Amino acid sequence: MVQVHLWSGLRPLVDGREVVEVEGETVGQLLDNLVKDYPGLKPAIDKGVSISVDGQIIPKSRGVKVKDSSEVFLLQRLYAG
Amino acid sequence: MSKIHVTTKVNGDEVEYLCEPRETLLDCLRDHLDLTGAKEGCGTGDCGACSVTMDGRLVCSCLVLGAEAQGKEIATIEGMAEDGALHPLQRKFIEHAALQCGICTPGILVAAKSLLEKNPDPTETEMRYWLAGNLCRCTGYDKIIRAVMDAAAEMREAS
Amino acid sequence: MALDGPKQDFKYIGTRPERPDGWDKVTGKARFGADFSMPGMLHGAILRSPHAHAKIIKIDATKALALKGVKAVVTRADFPEGLEGEDWNIQENVMAGEKALYDGHAVAAVAATSQLIARDALKLIEVEYEVLPHVTDVDKAMAEDAPVIREGAADYSVPEGMHPNVVRYMESGRGDLEKGFAEADLVIEESFTTEAAHQGYIEPHACVANLGADGKGDLWCCTQGHWFVRQMCTAVLGLEATQLRVTPSEIGGGFGGKTTVFIDPVALALSRKAGRPVKLVMSRSEVLRATGPTASASMDIKMGMTKEGKITAASGTFRMQGGAFPGAPVDVTTMLAFANYDIEHVHHVGYDVMTNRPKQAAYRAPGAPMGAFATESVLDELCRGLGLDPIETRLKNAVKEGTPATFGPKFPPVGLIETLEEARAHPNYSVKLGPNQGRGVASGYWMNWGGETSASVAIGDDGSVQVSIGTVDIGGSRASMALMAAEAFGIPYENVRVSIADTGSLGINEPTHGSRATFASGLAIIEASREATRKLCQRAADKWGIDADAVTWEDGCAKPSGPNAGEFDPLTIAEIAAEMGSTGGPISGHHESTPDGFGGSFGTHVVDVEVDPETGRTTILRYLVVQDAGKAIHPAYVEGQFQGGAVQGIGWTLNEEYIYGEDGRLQNPIFLDYRVPVASDLPMIDTVIVEVPNPGHPYGVRGVGETGITPPLPAIANAVRDAIGVRMKKLPLTPPRVLAAIKARD
Ligand code: FES
Ligand code: FES
Repeated sequence: MVQVHLWSGLRPLVDGREVVEVEGETVGQLLDNLVKDYPGLKPAIDKGVSISVDGQIIPKSRGVKVKDSSEVFLLQRLYAG
Repeated sequence: MSKIHVTTKVNGDEVEYLCEPRETLLDCLRDHLDLTGAKEGCGTGDCGACSVTMDGRLVCSCLVLGAEAQGKEIATIEGMAEDGALHPLQRKFIEHAALQCGICTPGILVAAKSLLEKNPDPTETEMRYWLAGNLCRCTGYDKIIRAVMDAAAEMREAS
Repeated sequence: MALDGPKQDFKYIGTRPERPDGWDKVTGKARFGADFSMPGMLHGAILRSPHAHAKIIKIDATKALALKGVKAVVTRADFPEGLEGEDWNIQENVMAGEKALYDGHAVAAVAATSQLIARDALKLIEVEYEVLPHVTDVDKAMAEDAPVIREGAADYSVPEGMHPNVVRYMESGRGDLEKGFAEADLVIEESFTTEAAHQGYIEPHACVANLGADGKGDLWCCTQGHWFVRQMCTAVLGLEATQLRVTPSEIGGGFGGKTTVFIDPVALALSRKAGRPVKLVMSRSEVLRATGPTASASMDIKMGMTKEGKITAASGTFRMQGGAFPGAPVDVTTMLAFANYDIEHVHHVGYDVMTNRPKQAAYRAPGAPMGAFATESVLDELCRGLGLDPIETRLKNAVKEGTPATFGPKFPPVGLIETLEEARAHPNYSVKLGPNQGRGVASGYWMNWGGETSASVAIGDDGSVQVSIGTVDIGGSRASMALMAAEAFGIPYENVRVSIADTGSLGINEPTHGSRATFASGLAIIEASREATRKLCQRAADKWGIDADAVTWEDGCAKPSGPNAGEFDPLTIAEIAAEMGSTGGPISGHHESTPDGFGGSFGTHVVDVEVDPETGRTTILRYLVVQDAGKAIHPAYVEGQFQGGAVQGIGWTLNEEYIYGEDGRLQNPIFLDYRVPVASDLPMIDTVIVEVPNPGHPYGVRGVGETGITPPLPAIANAVRDAIGVRMKKLPLTPPRVLAAIKARD
């Protein structure tokens, strides 16, 4: 299981939890499982989120590998500018 | 609406065009003579991207009517390099990376050349005030000023 | 994507050769957006709403169509219905539907045989409006009695009970604010506002469109990203993506403002209707009224510090309006507001608010400068209150590799500390100041970007190299690209030619935005070059009759290695290229990816100002930019980015602002009144390039384009504070405002 840290605006959608645990070996699997296990997050994830894995911000690559020990944060969807 | 027939000299060549009374010199250069080196950044005389000289005087071609060019001598960026050789200002602009996007460059080169013709040894402040009518949004002017100073020094040495 | 660690020894990288497009640009030959024409071309013009908010009751173009030379008029009725999300937003923005949403909103367009006729025809189009109440200020737009711009625009994130103009809401943070503030020796709480500033590119938007009734078309335009243009235009017009080919012209500045479309779909619609190519060029006032400036902001900041200078807690509320559509970059503002520092207890709240203003567009580090203005101002007050040095204090709190960012994750290697140390050591930091003079320091951050990228390299028959990329060159990047290809092939810089491919010639590329071009296209070029050199080695191996593994590529040559070393004479790229046709065909390399290894760039600025106590005018005496470039490929253009960003920041701080009248109309839509910095306003802009290699790029590159606009806002405000003894909390610091502050002080 990977620990996924949520920004505080998301916490009300998952009963106030700051961190949720989901299965997944890639960013894409994490996002899919987050929606499956925590349906409250669906509108946010559908709208688009970015994710960081071990400090690297991943705007949209679903294939990036994730380990159980990885530090993972959901972030507001980022764009370039 | 009847058009006006204009005969003028551009970069040493005699040219003719027909223009509407409302058309600017900038429009005429760009649309009737295919000289698109002068740019329209504002159309109100505030940016200098359209700078050319008319009878040796620096003007914003967006503020001059096409009809006013009758019998005059116009010089544009297209005439600045002679016989395939860049003018020292042009060379120094490339050397000093004095352009980023380059849209302001034709106007600034024409304006700078006109400054150095009047004052071959301007101070930095004089340069900055002379070029205050030429906006550059990319460079912050630092490298432009350095390029002009360097070109001026080279030209003084050569003369 | 982790690569094998950045390369360190370079032959070409880090030199300053002349840019490949230099000649064309200094001789007037380079073709920008408005410099393109086609046979049979018509000229377009757009009619714009004079009202900030109005229902469009009726549009009657009969008289315009009767004018000699007018070939077509389009309104929203000429665009398909049923779009959703951002596609709908863009369609609504390029041509108003039921309502005009801001002063300058397009309501109809004409194509005619000349520009003058097209403009005359606009005056003959009759539009009946029902004027509605409007709002242009972010705080007023959130008030209970504010007119509603559009019902139902809010997304899931907005809690119930907020005004419908609040369309996104965000909250993030960690720790326990109360505890953090209790640990502080000094807590300061202040509110700040910044006005909208325009990117101010000198080249107005321009395009030539040619679209047939069969749905196939071409578009030439000045843009930062032609695949974005293709996606947006085809969505707005209901076309198939690849049926529209978009070719970018040279681009006369963009700074984020040319990553979206304003006139291109309108030109295409006119062309389709008239059956001829149509050229559309914006005037400066159209640019200012109807393209995207950045958002304006209203912010409340609270920060606490111990007397040793440690930040104990920080919280910020950021309200931003981005015009009549969702999209103010408040998400980035909240993310980066405190990102320079290691803060245990931190909290951010953000509101994205709609008003009757033009749809905001990205502007260099979108969202970052506003937040930095507020937070770095408060930090400065804390330092003053506790008698601490601003650089030492920043050093005490600065993030470094492994620090948990205020937005969550731990930082990879970053260079904030290095920029602070360089700034402290720079002679500018110890110049003695005179009366009415002041010094200000501030730091800023931009996280940078990777983005979809595709690039090709092809070997010419003489061994020279053609590079095709999809990121337009907005500030000399072709020089950097050629340097990276030269380095990867080991051939002279002059033997590389870099072209920007159109959408029909390469896979999708995101725009030149997010400080990504040198990083991402550069990475793609290096990888594509490596693929090509592998093929070159294979050809050599075939010729020598040895294994390809036993051949290495070095200094532009294939060389036998291992047991065969020295056995055969090296084959140069030219020798292999000369025989390509008979040894297996053309040789090229290709790479596509969405690279994620972009590393952020920190910068620290130091500025000295003098404030004239009689007039309130602020003069910049000296200005220093120190920023981390990871590895500067072409240092002159890196410095150029630093200087240009700083000066745009200076403009935003001192002069530039959108001024709306009571009637909701923009009052300063020309360069005379929307005053960007001119040469005589400025000193030289000193630069120091710091290089903390980015492990995510083969040469260590970090994007450098955007960070530079973030520190100037607070750095100058801090310097003015130092000079006049008053904290200015509202930008811009125009002479009347500063003078009023001086008067109020005395
Ligand atoms: S276009 Fe003539 S001054 Fe700007
Ligand atoms: S180089 Fe872009 S405006 Fe001057």
